Amino acid sequence: MRNDTVSKDWRSKLINPVLDKEFRLRMRTPRTMWTLLAYLFAIGLFALSSIYLLNMSSGNAASFNPSESRMLFYFLSFVQLGLISFMAPGLTAGVISGERERQTLNLLLTTQQSSTTIILSKLLSSLSFMILIVISTLPVYSMVFLFGGISPAQLLLIFFFYLFLMIVIGAFGILFSTIVKRTMIAVILTYGVTLFLYAGTALIGYVAIMVSMQVSGSSASNEWIVHIFSWNPAVAMYSILDPNITREIVYSGSGSTASEPFLQLWQEFMLIYLVLAALAIWLSIRYLRPRMKQSGK
Amino acid sequence: MNKAEQTEIKVEQEAGVSPEQDQGAVPMIEIKGLSKSFGSFHALKSLDLTIARGKVFGFVGPNGAGKSTTMSILATLLSPSSGYAKVDGFDVTKHPAEVRKRIGYMPDFFGVYDQFKAVEYLHFYGASYGIPKKEREELIPQLLELVNLSDKRDAYVDTLSRGMKQRLCLARCLVHDPDLLILDEPASGLDPRARIEMREILLELKAMGKTIIISSHILPELAEMVDEIGVIEHGQMIAQGNVSEIQNRLRVKRILYIRLLERLEEAEQFLQEQPHVTRLMRDERGIHVHFSGQDLEQAELISELIAAGYRIISFSEGQTNLEDVFLEITRGGDGFE
Repeated sequence: MRNDTVSKDWRSKLINPVLDKEFRLRMRTPRTMWTLLAYLFAIGLFALSSIYLLNMSSGNAASFNPSESRMLFYFLSFVQLGLISFMAPGLTAGVISGERERQTLNLLLTTQQSSTTIILSKLLSSLSFMILIVISTLPVYSMVFLFGGISPAQLLLIFFFYLFLMIVIGAFGILFSTIVKRTMIAVILTYGVTLFLYAGTALIGYVAIMVSMQVSGSSASNEWIVHIFSWNPAVAMYSILDPNITREIVYSGSGSTASEPFLQLWQEFMLIYLVLAALAIWLSIRYLRPRMKQSGK
Repeated sequence: MNKAEQTEIKVEQEAGVSPEQDQGAVPMIEIKGLSKSFGSFHALKSLDLTIARGKVFGFVGPNGAGKSTTMSILATLLSPSSGYAKVDGFDVTKHPAEVRKRIGYMPDFFGVYDQFKAVEYLHFYGASYGIPKKEREELIPQLLELVNLSDKRDAYVDTLSRGMKQRLCLARCLVHDPDLLILDEPASGLDPRARIEMREILLELKAMGKTIIISSHILPELAEMVDEIGVIEHGQMIAQGNVSEIQNRLRVKRILYIRLLERLEEAEQFLQEQPHVTRLMRDERGIHVHFSGQDLEQAELISELIAAGYRIISFSEGQTNLEDVFLEITRGGDGFE
């Protein structure tokens, strides 16, 4: 029997075999290049057409004012948010079920790699590719900086928010990929969850406010109800772009705007989804291999 | 499980010694009362099987008999519904990691990462088994040599033929030098030449002292290398023993060929109702009858046919070969009762 001592060099500590395999294989398929191209084409198209439209509406092609530039940044940030939400399910919902369909999963599961290593490596490799894509859109953002109106801190926070959202959607994608046999179903379920995060939470929030206003008979809504909006990625991101929005939403009913809310909406969002993403990853790890009964005899 | 037991298991795992290894020779595979159900379907029904170290065990049975299920359980890919399976003394449900170290598993259907070169493919699995790069660099050329793929070292896996992929997968099974090879239909879909190559490699592995459990529908070809055969049907082992024993038991079976002047269809119906007839195959001129009776019963069968007014041109007894034998067993005939 071979002694399974893992080599001690730094590379083997940072990059396990599964991650190494994922990196290599991803970069060897033409699909990777086409995905990157399509993404950059889409965001470039949005950016250039919005600059053109702003130009037209301002009527003065020679000057830009910071508020217009900020509008452009908001617009681009939401486009990027939409594109990430569209891309993340497609990139993650097939990582396990795809191996199952290609009949390579069983071979991988009989190796010494732990379920945790396999799941986390798969998530990390998908994340790395998404990060590569988002970073490659930075030149588009640099156009906004050229015109001013946005702080670098805000930009960093937005990118941090993107990263977080990728982890959240990626965790759900991997969970469905693990527990559902077929990639197609896993992809549909992940898109379903993503759609719910946006449209579902917005609708629930809106209906809840309407119902509470009906019940209480006043135009003021309960304070806790507005926190439903912190489940919504678009609202959460808007609270980064416009920090006042949290106060406006949270105190929309009470009329009191004196104190700052305890948490910004995006902070609430991160707390909630950190728990959910961790749960999804934990379930994926648990269900990757069959549940072995301890009372085997 | 209490804390003391947990500690005990941990110590065993760290030492790489199974709970029974210190008590003398442990069989490589020990299966007792193993059952597996998928909903209302019982894939395995209380299967018992013991395979000693260094033995080559041939697993025969029709599709869906439970061969792949048994092998998947041994490979820690399925958990049994009841009973237990041990590899080298380690229970597959309690110490799956220890079991995985000891087995090389080749499923009946498997995929390969097409974008890898053959050598990278083996490096990946080697690394996944925790083999340091330096060791792998020495080991992988030897493995490629063993499976006759040295010249395909830098070829992308998707350019390899099916037979080559099959051999590459076999090399993958061997990368961590396992004691037990679980090979599920390793020669399925291969042309005769590729089958012969596969058989030669398996013979080499047998000579290296590996314990091998192999399922195959080309078992007649493998008969010379298999020490023991187990026949499984509907999730139960219906016969088990060494090859010559099984062959002897099966030689009593005969294949009769009856040529008739007319009324072939009617005769087929008639024969179906006769005792000891296990299987019928009709061609243009006659009927092949798989017959489990002895000389006396055979004589009676002819008399019955004549008495029923069938005009017989000829009645001959064919030679049974292992292939017929396996067909006979695996269709659930009464030959083993």
